Amino acid sequence: MAPRQRGATDPAGERELLSAGDVARTVARMAHQIIEKTALDAPSAPEVVLMGIPSRGAPLARRLAVKIREFSGVAVPTGTLDVTLYRDDLRRGPTRPLETTELPDGGVDDRLVVLVDDVLFSGRTIRAALDALRDHGRPRAVQLAVLVDRGHRELPIRADYVGKNVPTARSEEVHVLLDEFDQRDGVVLR
Amino acid sequence: MKHLLSTEGIDPAAATAILDTAAGLKQSLEGREVRKLPTLRGRTVITMFYENSTRTRVSFEIAGKWMSADVVNVSSSGSSVGKGESLRDTALTLAAAGADCVIVRHPASGAAHRLATWLKHTGTSVVNAGDGMHEHPTQALLDAATLRERLGGLDGRRVAIVGDVLHSRVARSNVHLLTALGAEVTLVAPPTLLPTGVENWPVTVSHELDAELPSQDAVMLLRVQAERMYGGPAGAGGNGHFFPSAREYSIAYGLNENRLNLLPGHAVVLHPGPMLRGMEIASTVADSPRAAITDQVRNGVHVRMAVLYHLLAHEEETA
Repeated sequence: MAPRQRGATDPAGERELLSAGDVARTVARMAHQIIEKTALDAPSAPEVVLMGIPSRGAPLARRLAVKIREFSGVAVPTGTLDVTLYRDDLRRGPTRPLETTELPDGGVDDRLVVLVDDVLFSGRTIRAALDALRDHGRPRAVQLAVLVDRGHRELPIRADYVGKNVPTARSEEVHVLLDEFDQRDGVVLR
Repeated sequence: MKHLLSTEGIDPAAATAILDTAAGLKQSLEGREVRKLPTLRGRTVITMFYENSTRTRVSFEIAGKWMSADVVNVSSSGSSVGKGESLRDTALTLAAAGADCVIVRHPASGAAHRLATWLKHTGTSVVNAGDGMHEHPTQALLDAATLRERLGGLDGRRVAIVGDVLHSRVARSNVHLLTALGAEVTLVAPPTLLPTGVENWPVTVSHELDAELPSQDAVMLLRVQAERMYGGPAGAGGNGHFFPSAREYSIAYGLNENRLNLLPGHAVVLHPGPMLRGMEIASTVADSPRAAITDQVRNGVHVRMAVLYHLLAHEEETA
């Protein structure tokens, strides 16, 4: 695919917000911020685990863990947390298939859990994730990392680490594309 | 999905979706501190059992409770059924009282279908938990879930269903579901315990258990249903008239240790319960690691949670 001008609208009505290179740099910066804020490489550091929310939060959590290890030498365990059964909108659409929940070895008890998702929008997914997490144990603290914050919150929830803030209209759709699912990296507005 | 009444003609994709949800639920509930999901909070599930049952009723009740639904159990004794109320009136009463889902077991074949027709305009879902000699779809789903788990899949797998096929709703539901999912089913039974019209089923029929065992990936044993054995062939004699004696049945069709050794090493033994040890299955076989009988019960809860999820956790259907 030919490289596109950032911000340019292609014929399909798609505007690129982040290129593949931007995604890589953003993930790297977020990894640095997580290291700094949690001080996970300090001797008295809390045990940090990254829990990705499927689908696209899961590979993002794994990518963050790779970068954190590269920058700090600390191997941070990762897992996935499916929130489907905790959603408040199940009766507003067809049956949703379940995703995978995989806790890291040792679970979440007394650890600092960083939830990882691709887009922060209404905050309802994160509300569901907090409820789901509570049923799996009692973390020492929970933080939130998102690649894109697009605003329009409907609940009092905010992220601790934000890759990019994107002002959007409610009618617009923000899509995070990841190699693992979409054969390329990027963030587009449709 | 609005109702689950039978596995006959079931869409393989829909069946696979339920089995995938069940597997996901099982995986997600493993090792958790709190084995309860908020998914069906505020929904009401009523079980109506007009026949005796331990595992199915308990399994549905646990499934509903683990999904946070309110579960109410109605049995024919101790309810207005004992005063002569019809099935239709009882069902309409329960729907009017706010049931989102009615789970029914009834001795009459077709009872669940009738119920679904009567409740058409109420929005209440119906699950068939066994109707006479017709169907028991959640049992077939939990058997399929167990086989998928143990064998890695069902496509092209060979499953023998052995014993009292004539009276068995479990056998009927399994024939439809397992063949829809790509398995090859062989029914093994004496001619007296096979239904008329079996030649039109998508199965192979055999009367010789020993000849079939070496080629099977799984053997499903059926309980000999003495309570349904009235009016057998005239003059046959013996208990229930369908075979000369329990001993002779056991010798010809019971799964004992010698027969277990005829099965390939990976093959699985299933029994829907309740088991008659020493009749259709030897005690040592039932307790061997080859038997997946307790797995079946465990998977039953997850499968029934999945069924409730697929029936109740989506927008209203107008059909």
